[in-house]
Amino acid sequence: MRHTTTVVVGAGHSGLAMSRCLAARSVDHVVLERGQVASAWRTQRWDSLRLLTPNWMTRLPGFAYRGDDPDGYLGASQVARLLEDYAAESAAPVLTHTAVTSIRADAGGYVVDTDRGAWRTRSVVAATGATTVAAVPALPIPPGIVTVTPADYRNPDLLPSGGVLVVGASASGVQIADELRRSGRDVTLAVGEHVRMPRTYRGRDILWWMDASGLLDVRHDAMPDLVRARNLPSMQLVGAPRTLDLNALSETGVRLVGRFAGVHDGQAQFAGSLPNVCRLADLKLGRLLDTIDAWADRAGVDAEPSQRYAPTRLPAAATLSAPLGVGGIESIVWATGFRPDLSWLDVDVFDRRGRIVHDGGITSSPGLYVMGLPFLRRRKSTLIDGAAADAAELADHLVGHLDVAAARRLAS
Amino acid sequence: MTTSIVDNGVNVEALLGAREAFADAPEIARFQWRSTVSWMNGTHSRADVQTFFGFGQEQSHRTTFEFDIDHPLQFAAQDHGITPVEYVLVALGGCLTAGIAAVAQQRGIQLRSVQATVAADMDLHGILGADPDVRNGFSGVRVDYRIDADATPEAIEALVAQSQKRSAVYDILTNPTAVTVNVS
Repeated sequence: MRHTTTVVVGAGHSGLAMSRCLAARSVDHVVLERGQVASAWRTQRWDSLRLLTPNWMTRLPGFAYRGDDPDGYLGASQVARLLEDYAAESAAPVLTHTAVTSIRADAGGYVVDTDRGAWRTRSVVAATGATTVAAVPALPIPPGIVTVTPADYRNPDLLPSGGVLVVGASASGVQIADELRRSGRDVTLAVGEHVRMPRTYRGRDILWWMDASGLLDVRHDAMPDLVRARNLPSMQLVGAPRTLDLNALSETGVRLVGRFAGVHDGQAQFAGSLPNVCRLADLKLGRLLDTIDAWADRAGVDAEPSQRYAPTRLPAAATLSAPLGVGGIESIVWATGFRPDLSWLDVDVFDRRGRIVHDGGITSSPGLYVMGLPFLRRRKSTLIDGAAADAAELADHLVGHLDVAAARRLAS
Repeated sequence: MTTSIVDNGVNVEALLGAREAFADAPEIARFQWRSTVSWMNGTHSRADVQTFFGFGQEQSHRTTFEFDIDHPLQFAAQDHGITPVEYVLVALGGCLTAGIAAVAQQRGIQLRSVQATVAADMDLHGILGADPDVRNGFSGVRVDYRIDADATPEAIEALVAQSQKRSAVYDILTNPTAVTVNVS
């Protein structure tokens, strides 16, 4: 059995940021990665996907995007290359093709089993992220309907040529619906709660406003309803200089329906709540723009005049059902979100529904940390740009834990 | 800026307390609602509502509530009470309005008056079996609110939207629900 002070699980942006912070604090550690560096960016992204954040926001501890297109958006393979460069530049101690099979608490530390031998360690950082497994609702889809998730969807050519139902209108759903529609298909988009966003506002990227005004830095312990904040869907954005909201999709002929609620007699059934989820999103966007305008006034930002966007246009008649099968909806894209997979973590830190319980990434098991989950420590915790601050603070906490544990060993 | 205490008559602390208690003991959140309906004569029935289950045990209203259900004279009935579909409107309006009061209380918005007009369209060809393409139920439901409150129009709209988001009856009407009917 090998020994190290800290085992970091996952060599994505979170794990690499943590590795960099641990190295800066002289903490001996290893990063265990089931595949290659940035594995998910190589294997679970569709062809046209680009980051939702502009390149200048691609910042990691001791590293930043330095290409010639700061306002562009990196594609998936470019993200993978960037993370590979970061790992190399940091000389991160990554063991690739090493899958963690279990981690359990033992003698004041942890035993980490992998498919390439075991490790004993004093502390663990689970940095496998929030988007490991596609969350697909349990609905009785008839046989013969092709179903894919954004993790295995690649491009329109790989789906049947008939009608497609895209379930979910957050970032993945609107982007995939858009390109499927452009491929000439009949596209139905099932819309639940969503976060409407313009790509640019007053002449600047919406994320510039959210970053500069401090909205992305709002901390978890400052949120009155953290459960709600942690369960918000992703921003309705595309990594391109255009706004892809429901109005833009309607214009291209995408049919908007309510939440995909059930299947009955071979028909997909949709909720009648489309007007309200659209109204909620319009009002929420209005409040965000009010916040931005107020900050811009206070900060004296030189920007184009403020504006408000047309309410989401609803179809003249609500569609409450649609036939599944030949001639109707022949395939379904589940853009219904993802959840983390920490099933290898055999430590009692989960709630009754299997979700990890943590306070800003710090679990109740001393020396065990988690990273990259929604609103982990601040609003930007799931963004690449959010890893730096989270990793630095958690690394400080981890060093404090090691010091206390060491003092205790000396005293006994 | 007003500093008066907002009071819409909703005990928000109790509701939030319940949410916290449910997190520790999820089983106490499992409720069952009940009604006993007895046929009187013709299209006239009477519904009793008294008991329910929740917070881990049998519960009861403070009294038995009775509701007459019938159809109007125009249907060649006796009009001992409102129609079943009108009870649905009562339920929807009541649920959304209670939600508005609760959300307003939590957001510190004083309500002065709230009035909902609930209207549902229905084509009788459906229930008469006269046209298989027409459904039995409503073809649409419209709720119009008139609200006087200490808040901006956007904040009032947000109250109404949030109330829909958290409404049981709105959910029941807008989503499919499995219904099992047994005979013994």
